[in-house]
Amino acid sequence: MGPKARILHCGEQAFSVELADEIDENVNLRIIALAKHLKEDPPDGLVELIPSYRSLLVCFNPSQITGKSMERALLDRLDQVHKPKVNTGALWDIPAVYGGEVGLDLDDLAYEKNLSQPEFIQLHSSSTYRIYMIGFAPGFCYLGGLPEVLHTPRLPQPRPNIPQGAIGIGGRQGSINSVAGPSGWRFIAWTPLKIFAPERLEPFLLRPGDRVRFVPVSAEEGNDLSRRQASGEIIVRPQ
Amino acid sequence: MPFVEVLDTGPLTTIQDAGRFGLRDFGVSQAGPMDQLAFEMSNLLVGNVKSAAAFEFALNGGRFRFDANTAVAVTGPGVELSIDGAAMATNQTLKIDAGQILCIGPVRNGLWGYLAVAGGINTQPVLGSRATHLRFGLGGLAGRSLVGGDRVPVASTDGSPPVRIAEQDLPKTDQTPIRVILGPQDDYFHPDMIAQFLSTTFRVSTRVDRMASILDGAPLIATRGHDIISDATIPGVIQVPASGQPLILMAEGQTTGGYPKIATIIGADLRRVAQTAPGKNLSFVAVAPEEAEAALLGYRNQHHKILKSVCLAKFGQICNAQLYSTNLISGVWDSNTGKE
Repeated sequence: MGPKARILHCGEQAFSVELADEIDENVNLRIIALAKHLKEDPPDGLVELIPSYRSLLVCFNPSQITGKSMERALLDRLDQVHKPKVNTGALWDIPAVYGGEVGLDLDDLAYEKNLSQPEFIQLHSSSTYRIYMIGFAPGFCYLGGLPEVLHTPRLPQPRPNIPQGAIGIGGRQGSINSVAGPSGWRFIAWTPLKIFAPERLEPFLLRPGDRVRFVPVSAEEGNDLSRRQASGEIIVRPQ
Repeated sequence: MPFVEVLDTGPLTTIQDAGRFGLRDFGVSQAGPMDQLAFEMSNLLVGNVKSAAAFEFALNGGRFRFDANTAVAVTGPGVELSIDGAAMATNQTLKIDAGQILCIGPVRNGLWGYLAVAGGINTQPVLGSRATHLRFGLGGLAGRSLVGGDRVPVASTDGSPPVRIAEQDLPKTDQTPIRVILGPQDDYFHPDMIAQFLSTTFRVSTRVDRMASILDGAPLIATRGHDIISDATIPGVIQVPASGQPLILMAEGQTTGGYPKIATIIGADLRRVAQTAPGKNLSFVAVAPEEAEAALLGYRNQHHKILKSVCLAKFGQICNAQLYSTNLISGVWDSNTGKE
């Protein structure tokens, strides 16, 4: 599975399987494939798998398997797991209300990039994003595929309270805020879709490897979708 | 449903059960107790399963009033407590009557303590657990720390659970260096910097909570920079941000991070780190993974023995000599450990 793979100790109960030192779709696809392989046919003592951009943390129970044996098992898997053909993740069309109180940076960013507001929205909503990893907060996903023109550094001082559903840009990545909280990202839109809802039967909607497109909607449509969702309706289904 | 009324309490009193497991890949760290052993012991002492929801407090307990006859147990290093003004001991079942007030003082020889109530706390589970995750407002009572005036529901019991004592001491919070396995990003640091990390006596700063403990000491500089491509973290990893001040992730730490991790605290020593209060010292020694593994299995074995030592007793049959011999009156934590 590539000569660069390294198996690094993260304490005595986890290994970090590192495939590369770069953010790359092919590397990430292999990480997700390795996680899937291990999940479907778990070695003895496997506890948890946490995939990220270019590495997979494999947590195990040393009462059931020694580190040495787990390391050997992981090396075997690396040989067995081949590069997947294509991304098989789900495709989500996510409604986005651009600008307004939540998308408070839209005007400034459009101005900075010498774009009209509609041009900015067109650019942001015509790209297909890919979820590289989930982390930082419950259900928070890091989106790759942001057009280069829209890359924008984070603020030096995070803002104290950005609402759930805010759609942002941080460096070369995109995001959808899964929970309210402080953030140094720049925000251009919001979605009524709750990607994380602990009370819901399916608390987390999105998974690593899924793809996301943003569909511009008016504030009225956004509010209407919010209300329908609150009454239990499923407002977005994956393709 | 019977309840416990919080009259007043410290800033970090929360409801915790064993934790919310299996969701790290969705960005949810487990939360759960900072000191698993003290937590589990408190539950066994009141006849609960060891994972039942209980109160966790830091630095200071507070005052709790009970609206029904029940039994409680308090654990934690050097915790003082009383019921209606009469001094009581940690690590044993205490009967408490409706209307009585349990007063829990400071955690003298550590940081975290536990109060378990017979039947367990009966708040609504969130994502399969009652553990409070403060950062994201999950579980517990509205996902927040408790304040005076809160009424916490507990499961009904018949008010006469069996009385138990712990015959075996909890392991002491000794002063030997905390054992770590270097990495996974120790290669971000020059060997001299690794040597500095392993020879420095760090001081636990006041920035300590359920997410992390930040250490003060000579700053650690990463030759390859303080940004990595974000990857997964677990409790016990020692991150080094650009400030050079090491940051140890704990029960509620975030699941991914972008700082190099110079080392990871071994499982057997994590509890000692959790119980090291602000202002106290910590130093580190690197061990081989095989040694860490053996230490973990030894610790689990000891943990198991301690929990097994919680045995049925009757108040009348425990004489003072017995109490002293099991170190129950002064608390199981040797008073010398307060000097660390």
